[in-house]
Amino acid sequence: MLSLNELWFLLIAVLFIGFFFLEGYDFGVGMATRFVAHNEQERRVLINTIGPFWDANEVWMITAGGAMFAAFPNWYATLFSGFYVPLVVMLLLLIARGTAFEYRAKVAHPKWAAAWDWAIFTASLLCPFLWGVVFSTLVLGLPIDKQMNMHATFTSIVNPYSVLGGLLILLLCLYHGLVYLCLRTTEEIQNRARQLAKKIFWLLAAAAIAFVIVTFFVTDLFEKRGSFLYPIYILDVLLLLLSALFLMKKRDGWAFGMNAGVILLTVSSLFVGLFPRLMISNIKPAYDLTIYNSASGSYSLTVMTIVAITLLPFVLGYSIWSYYVFRKRVSKEEHLEY
Amino acid sequence: MDVLSLARFQYAATTIFHFFFVPLSIGLVLIVSIMETMYVVKNNEIYKKMAQFWGKFFLINFAIGVVTGILQEFQFGMNWSEYSRFMGDVFGAPLAIEALLAFFMESTFIGIWLFGWDRLSKKAHLACIWLVTAGTSLSALWILTANSFMQHPVGFHINNGRAEMDDFWALLANPQLWVEYPHTIFGSFATGAFVVAGISAIALLKKKQVAFYVKSFKIAIIIGLFSGVLLALFGHAQAQYLVQTQPMKMAASEGLWKDSGSPAAWTVAASIDTKNHKNDHEIKIPYLLDFLSYGTFSGNVKGIETLQKEYTEKYGAGNYIPPVKTTFWSFRVMTAMGGVLCLLGIVGTLLAWRKKLVKSKWFLRLMVAAIAVPYIGATTGWLMTEIGRQPWTVFGYMQTAASVSPNVTAGELLFSIIAFIGMYSILAVVMIYLFVRTYKEGPSLDEKETLQTNDPFDGEAYHVVTE
Ligand code: HDD
Ligand code: HEM
Ligand code: HEM
Repeated sequence: MLSLNELWFLLIAVLFIGFFFLEGYDFGVGMATRFVAHNEQERRVLINTIGPFWDANEVWMITAGGAMFAAFPNWYATLFSGFYVPLVVMLLLLIARGTAFEYRAKVAHPKWAAAWDWAIFTASLLCPFLWGVVFSTLVLGLPIDKQMNMHATFTSIVNPYSVLGGLLILLLCLYHGLVYLCLRTTEEIQNRARQLAKKIFWLLAAAAIAFVIVTFFVTDLFEKRGSFLYPIYILDVLLLLLSALFLMKKRDGWAFGMNAGVILLTVSSLFVGLFPRLMISNIKPAYDLTIYNSASGSYSLTVMTIVAITLLPFVLGYSIWSYYVFRKRVSKEEHLEY
Repeated sequence: MDVLSLARFQYAATTIFHFFFVPLSIGLVLIVSIMETMYVVKNNEIYKKMAQFWGKFFLINFAIGVVTGILQEFQFGMNWSEYSRFMGDVFGAPLAIEALLAFFMESTFIGIWLFGWDRLSKKAHLACIWLVTAGTSLSALWILTANSFMQHPVGFHINNGRAEMDDFWALLANPQLWVEYPHTIFGSFATGAFVVAGISAIALLKKKQVAFYVKSFKIAIIIGLFSGVLLALFGHAQAQYLVQTQPMKMAASEGLWKDSGSPAAWTVAASIDTKNHKNDHEIKIPYLLDFLSYGTFSGNVKGIETLQKEYTEKYGAGNYIPPVKTTFWSFRVMTAMGGVLCLLGIVGTLLAWRKKLVKSKWFLRLMVAAIAVPYIGATTGWLMTEIGRQPWTVFGYMQTAASVSPNVTAGELLFSIIAFIGMYSILAVVMIYLFVRTYKEGPSLDEKETLQTNDPFDGEAYHVVTE
């Protein structure tokens, strides 16, 4: 049987997978506004494909944060105070991005839309990058002291490994967004998205392989969890290949599904490698944050387990319904809300 | 400045900003839901136009509520990490429930509502906006559950220096919550109502689309009146509860240095001397403090000095006196605002009912100015609540000075304060610009609807337009 601590580690992993899977494609579409759309109207088509969804997608991140706070308060406290500056930057970007979606079509003036588009593009590019940086430093190890406080210097957060991790997540989201666009748009836009996705695939594959190799050398993940990680990464690369194949054959639904698998496996690999640690101290292993020394009491975890099990099915249910309501592809002829 | 003061400043500024948008979202979405319900029930297009028009304001406002909310959730960990370690066990559950139960609901259904006008049946579409309404009100419930715990901790024990929840129902049944939540929620409804009524008043002063705005005004003012009265009643209940649980806050909000003796008088205004613990000029109303505190006309209310002594005995040496002037004046301003809301609600309802609204220019002008009233009330209310609780973050268990993140530097805080204030100022300007613009564009009514309404009882509107 899973202990409560393990269960909540798993649930938080699931929330982050949900976040990268869902917000991942809307980050990707946000990036694609610069590459795939050629004019204002096409940009609107792109943005409207994610119009009804982006806010709910972001709630996956908020929930993941809330769940960390609830289940592993020490993790939440160490991580959020330790990554102070990157998080401030990320918040500014998310603030600009959220308002941009809502406001860009409110005034019909080219400069107005251009300013908001700039916010959408930059934020969609940098947020996944920053998350990639944060997650890769989590597995690399951080200066965490005896009191569980992290005193990070610039290089403990920004270093070659974390930048590679950032790029990987960025490219993953971009590719994911492009495949999503193939599913949700028509004609030229769809074609362009497909062409670009094929190119990005090569970059993504290169980044993924580089990341796995570097991870092997600079972290202790393979040492600790190799028996899980080898199959995960082999399957990961396989699914990525399959998704590109399906994309070529214009089986976009399958391509999207395969890439969902890629995201699931990539994010899982980091959590599997960490387990049962939450944050690795590079000062002393005894200072690691683990699912045991960072957790809430068992009463609190039990309450939340009941709540999560009761509520999650509803959330999934109406989320799926919302995708059903907006199943039609978005094209230029339609009324565009955003 | 030191890290603690900077962190407090940033927290206060960003939270007050978040709470400029939250009450309007909560109130406005209720009004939009009511309007859309009338559309579905009466099948009259004008109500659809109403829901769509006021819905635009809601969406503009909601966007900022959402993005500033993300910061709220992050900043407990960022700036108050020690507090998070202490409180996570208790605070985490309501916060996670808020996300799962409320945020998912509102963000999903707002998307469906906005993009779904012609994709869903009328009833399904209506259900969506009601679910958003439920979502926003539930979100307030859970966050206030956490806040109530900080005012009046229940359902936990201390283990290894951390609060550990041992009774979830006690957390939910916290009496503090059941005065705080209704008071806040009715304040939010009042905010929505007075914004709708105020914007309608601007249009009515200019005789723009009279029928439309008179109808909007009527719906709003009735909600405003109801919530204003309930707001005041629950405020009163909250004050009575406060005397028992946080007497120091009450004493500070009364500027009461020494015990009042019985019967206790209520101080309307005073010039407070925090150094020498006395007030120089006071205007007092006899018996009123007893009524506020106990609902009777006799009884002694403990003063700050007595309480300081009691607290020192209980919690050890230290200064347990919150900033008295701020607490005193914010309480005064808030209750004054409550009075104003009730009065305007009564007068407005009477005028609208007797069809004299459009002619009462003086009143319409007041209503325009009154848009600010609920905002002032809510902000001063929170100042009183949170500053009056100082030096505690969690009353009786954790002090603010011990809550702050030890590893965040003053430089980092300065950076974030400047960045957030810059960003928030831009947001505020953009939002006001969009509000004005949306108002100027007006509801997209066609010729016929501007001139008459289908409601035969709506004599006033018809009368005015044909004049
Ligand atoms: C729309 C704004 C508004 C208005 C007009 C009023 N209030 Fe209020 N008040 C709030 C909005 C608010 C609030 C922002 O919602 C607070 C802050 C925390 C809370 O629970 O509600 C609050 C707090 C608050 C507290 C502090 C409770 C505590 O610290 O635990 C008391 C005693 C009152 N109120 C009492 C009143 C009375 C007697 C009013 C007169 C009619 C009144 N309020 C009007
Ligand atoms: C939205 C309405 C709220 C406003 C305007 C508000 C405002 C404030 C203010 C002015 C302070 C005191 C700052 C100081 O003197 O240092 C404070 C403290 C605090 N509040 Fe609130 N607050 C609100 C709601 C909440 C809620 C719902 C919670 C938690 C669930 C909360 C948690 C805190 C914490 C942790 C502090 C500690 C920091 C400190 O004491 O300075 N607040 N708040
Ligand atoms: C100080 C602690 C607070 C935290 C941690 C917090 C957290 C958040 C978060 C994360 C969001 C974004 C939700 C989304 O993306 O859909 C949000 C929005 C919202 N918050 Fe807060 N909030 C705080 C204070 C408050 C208070 C005191 C209330 C109500 C009484 C409130 C009510 C809402 C509502 C109704 C929304 C939805 C957006 C809107 O209505 O504008 N929040 N909040």
